[in-house]
Amino acid sequence: MAVASAENAVRTGRFTRTFIYLFLLLFALFYLMPLLVMILNSLKPLAEIRGGNMLALPKQWTIEPWLSAWSTAQVGVEPTGLKPFFWNSIKMVVPAVVLSTVMGALNGYVLTKWRFRGDTILFGLMLFACFIPFQIVLIPMARVLGLLGLAGSTPGLVLVHLVYGVGFTTLYFRNYYAAFPTELVRAAQIDGAGFFRIFWRILLPSSGPIVVVSVIWQFTNIWNDFLFGASFADLDSMPMTVALNNLVSSSTGVKEYNVHFAGAILAALPTLLVYIVAGRYFVRGLMAGSVKG
Amino acid sequence: MALPSARADFKTRLQNLIPKLVLSPSLAMVLVFVYGFIIFTVYLSFTDSRILPSFGWVGFENYDKLFRLRHWDIAVANLAVFASLYIIISTVIGLSLAIFLDQKIRGEGFLRPIYLYPMALSFIVTGTAWKWLLDPGIGLEHTMHLWGWASFKFDWIKNRDYAIYTVVLAAVWQSSGFVMAMFLAGLRGIDNEILKAAQMDGASNWNLYRRIIIPQLRPAFLSAFVILSHLAIKSYDLVIALTGGGPGRATELPATFMYSYTFTRNQMGIGASSAVMMLMTIAAIMVPYLYAELKEKS
Amino acid sequence: MGFLDINNVTKSYGSVEVLHQVDISVEEGEFLVLVGPSGCGKSTLLNMIAGLEGISSGEIAIKDQVMNGVHPSKRNIAMVFQSYALYPNMTVGQNITFGLEMHGVPKPERQKAMNDVAKLLQIEPLLARKPGQLSGGQRQRVAMGRALVRNPDVFLFDEPLSNLDAKLRVDMRTEIKKLHQKLGTTIVYVTHDQIEAMTLSTRIAVMNGGYVQQLGTPKEIYDTPANLFVASFMGSPSMNLISVGVKAEGDTIYAETDNSEGETIRLAFAQPSAALKAHDGRQITLGIRPEAITDPEGADRNSRHIETIRNMVEVTEPAGSDTFVASTLGGKECIARMRADADVGPNRIADFAINMEKAVPFDPATEARIV
Repeated sequence: MAVASAENAVRTGRFTRTFIYLFLLLFALFYLMPLLVMILNSLKPLAEIRGGNMLALPKQWTIEPWLSAWSTAQVGVEPTGLKPFFWNSIKMVVPAVVLSTVMGALNGYVLTKWRFRGDTILFGLMLFACFIPFQIVLIPMARVLGLLGLAGSTPGLVLVHLVYGVGFTTLYFRNYYAAFPTELVRAAQIDGAGFFRIFWRILLPSSGPIVVVSVIWQFTNIWNDFLFGASFADLDSMPMTVALNNLVSSSTGVKEYNVHFAGAILAALPTLLVYIVAGRYFVRGLMAGSVKG
Repeated sequence: MALPSARADFKTRLQNLIPKLVLSPSLAMVLVFVYGFIIFTVYLSFTDSRILPSFGWVGFENYDKLFRLRHWDIAVANLAVFASLYIIISTVIGLSLAIFLDQKIRGEGFLRPIYLYPMALSFIVTGTAWKWLLDPGIGLEHTMHLWGWASFKFDWIKNRDYAIYTVVLAAVWQSSGFVMAMFLAGLRGIDNEILKAAQMDGASNWNLYRRIIIPQLRPAFLSAFVILSHLAIKSYDLVIALTGGGPGRATELPATFMYSYTFTRNQMGIGASSAVMMLMTIAAIMVPYLYAELKEKS
Repeated sequence: MGFLDINNVTKSYGSVEVLHQVDISVEEGEFLVLVGPSGCGKSTLLNMIAGLEGISSGEIAIKDQVMNGVHPSKRNIAMVFQSYALYPNMTVGQNITFGLEMHGVPKPERQKAMNDVAKLLQIEPLLARKPGQLSGGQRQRVAMGRALVRNPDVFLFDEPLSNLDAKLRVDMRTEIKKLHQKLGTTIVYVTHDQIEAMTLSTRIAVMNGGYVQQLGTPKEIYDTPANLFVASFMGSPSMNLISVGVKAEGDTIYAETDNSEGETIRLAFAQPSAALKAHDGRQITLGIRPEAITDPEGADRNSRHIETIRNMVEVTEPAGSDTFVASTLGGKECIARMRADADVGPNRIADFAINMEKAVPFDPATEARIV
C-alpha cells in the first residue's frame, strides 16, 4: 500500500485487540487456503488425492503433475500441455500492454495539458467504454475481425485488448498528469519546446510510477481475460486462461486434479509474480482508477 | 491552453493541431469499436438474426421472446441474488478488515498482501480452486469426514437451490480484499485532528466509527458499489469455471445466457437483445456516476 | 509607440468577456506592475503577452512587431512563474540552458551564458543540483536565471514571490529591484500584493473586474487614486472613506460630518476645484489616508492646511514604530496613524490633526475622484 501508516488516534482494550487479531488471522486463512491447498495437492500423486485429506502434506512428493501440465497434458485434442498457450498469452499480452500504455500516456497528456473545447466529453466517451459489458460488442467484433483478416489470430486479440484497454490507461495518465504542474508545460513552451519534446523531456521522466501502474493493470487484465480469448481465439492463438479451462473441464478420461492445480498455478504465476514484485503500485493504481475516478 | 488559430504562425497552428491528431486514433477506435458496435448490436436485437447476422426487421419480437423465456428469468433472478449478496458481503468484509487493520496492527505489511492477492488471479483460476474445494466427494466435506465429523455436509455446489451461493462465495473471496484496500485508503485519508476532537468530546470507539469515521468514507462506499456492481453484471468467467451455469440452470447469469444463445444456440437476435439489457443496466449505474465525477473535476 | 504595446486588447471565453479594452504602452526599461485582486484579469493579460492565451480582439506588439498568433517561443520573452516551474528531472544547469538548447544554441555558448547568469545570481554552487534539493529562495533565483539567460526583450513575472515566506519575500523583492536597476530590462510583473506593486514598479496598472482602473506612477496611484476601488485597494491600512456633506461659504468649501459625540465637524478643503464646488449641498465620500490623520504634534510640518478635531478614541493598536488609533467619524470607523508615544488611550477624547492637502474627494454615485 502506498498510503503512509497514519498516526492512529483510536484506542482499544486488550479484549478487543485479541478479537481483532483473531478476526484478521481467520480471514488471512480464508484467503490463503485455496492457494495452499492447490500447491499441496499439485505435489501429490493422483491416488493420494482421491483417498486422502486435502489438507495433509504429500506422503509422496512428486513434480510429475507440473511437468504434465506444462508439456504433456491433453488440452483439447492434442497432448501438448499448457506450454504453447503460455507463449500465446505472452505474445498477446506484451504488444497489447505496450501499445495501450503508450496511447494512454499520450491521451492523458493531451487531455490535461493541451485542452480544447469538448475534451471532457471525449474523455467521458472513452471512460464509459471501460465499463460496458463486453457482451454488447461480441457479435460485431467477431464480424469485424473476420473482415480485417484477423479472426482467430494473436494480432486480432491484441487489437481487441488495445481497444478496450486504452480507456483505462487514458484514465490513469489523465489523473496523474492532472496533478502535474501546467506551468512546467508553459515554461517549456516559452523555452521553445514543441508537443512531443515537452512530453519526452518534461513529462515522461516524471511518469515512472504511473507507467508501472498502467503496465501492471493492463498486464493483469489482459493475462486474466477469458471472454475475448474464448470468443475470438483459435487453437493457434488460444491464451492460457482458455487452455486452462479446457484442461480442467474436459470431460474425457480421469480427472487429474493434481495436473489441474499445477496448471492453474502456472496460469496464475505471471500475475502473482508481478503482484509480488510491484504490488504496492498495483494497489495504488486500483485506487487511482476507482476512488478518484 | 487554446492558442489563437486565426492569423497564427505556422508553429502555433501546428502545435494546436498535433494534440488533436494524437488523440484521434484512440477516439476513432472507441467510436467504431465501442459506440459503433453498440449501435450494431442494438440494431441486431431488432432483427431476425439466427446463426449469422441478418437484417430482417422484426421490431420488438426478440425482446418479447426474451422476457417470456424462463431461462432468462432464471438468469436475471440469479443475477439479483448474486449481485446483492456479492456487493453487500464484500463491502461488509472489506470494511471490517480495513477498520481492524487500521488499529496499528503488528504484521499489517504481512497481512495486506494476503488479503489482496486473489485480485491478481484470473477468475478461471479462482473457479478451478473453489470447484474442487466445494466438491463434496473430494473437497471440504470429504476432509471433514476424514477428520471424524461424519455428519458434516457441504454440498451446495451440487444443489440447485444453493449453487448460486457458491458463486457468491468464490467471488467474495476474490474481490473483498480489494474492497478492503479502498476502505483502508479512505480511512488513512481522514484527518487525525477530527478523531482527536471527537475523543475530546467523549465519543466511544463505537460512536467514533458510526458517527464520525464511516460517514466520511462515503466516496469509498460509492466507488466500491460501482466497481462491484459492474463486476457482478459482467461476470462470466467465474461461472464458467466454477459451475458451468449448472447444476441445470441454477447458476445461469445474463452473461452466460447471452453467450450460449448467441454462439451455441444460434439465436443471435435474442442474444443481442439480452446484451442490450445488460448494457442498459450498467449504464443506469455508470452514467450518473461518471457524469458526477467528470463534472466535479472540470 | 512604446516598446511593448497593448492596444485595445480584450479576452472572451465564449460569450463572457473577462478582459475589456486594455490599453497600455510600456517604454523600454520600464517596470510595469499589474496589480489587483484574484480574478481581476491580470494573469490573463500576462499570459496573452506571453502567447500562452489567445487574444480575442486588439493587438499586442513588442518592438513594433505585432505578436498576435506568434508562438510563445518566438516572441523573445521570458517568464518567471509563481511555482517557479523548474523541470524536476533536470539539474539547475540544464534548467537554465533548456531554452537555449531548444533554440539551437551551440553547447559552448550555452555553457558560457549559464556561467554568466549563475555568477550574476550567485547560484554557481547549485548548478549540479536538482530543483527538489533547493530551498524556496534558491528555486526563485534559478527561475530568474532561466529567464535571464535568454536575454529577452521583455521579462514577465507571474506572482513570483507569493510562495516565499514573509522575510524572504522582502529580501527577494529588493534583489529583483536591484537586478532591474542594474540590467535596465523591461519587465511586466503581476502581483496581488499592493506593497510589492508600490516598491518595485515604475508604473502600476491597478485592475479589477477585467478593467484597468488606473494606470500611473506609484505616487499618482497612491496620492490621487482615480476611484474608490483604487483608493481602498492600494495602501495598508487602507484609505479611510468617510461620508461628508459639501458646504460652500464664499471661497471656502467645507466637508461636514459628525464625530463620535454627535458634534458637527467642519473641515475646509485645501484647494477646492470647480467640480467640487458643483457638489455643494450633496453628500460625497472623502478619502483620507491614515497617515494624514495624526496627533497634533506629529502632523506634517510641510503641510499648509491642517484641521484639528476632537474625537473619542475607541481602540489603540501600538505597532512599534507607530500607533494606529481607531475612532468613529461620520458613523464609520476611521484609522489614524499617530506617533508611537502619542498620549492617547481608549475611551478618552483626543485631538486629531487632519492634513487636508492629502484628502481626496470621490463622487459616491460614479465612485470616481472629483477633479
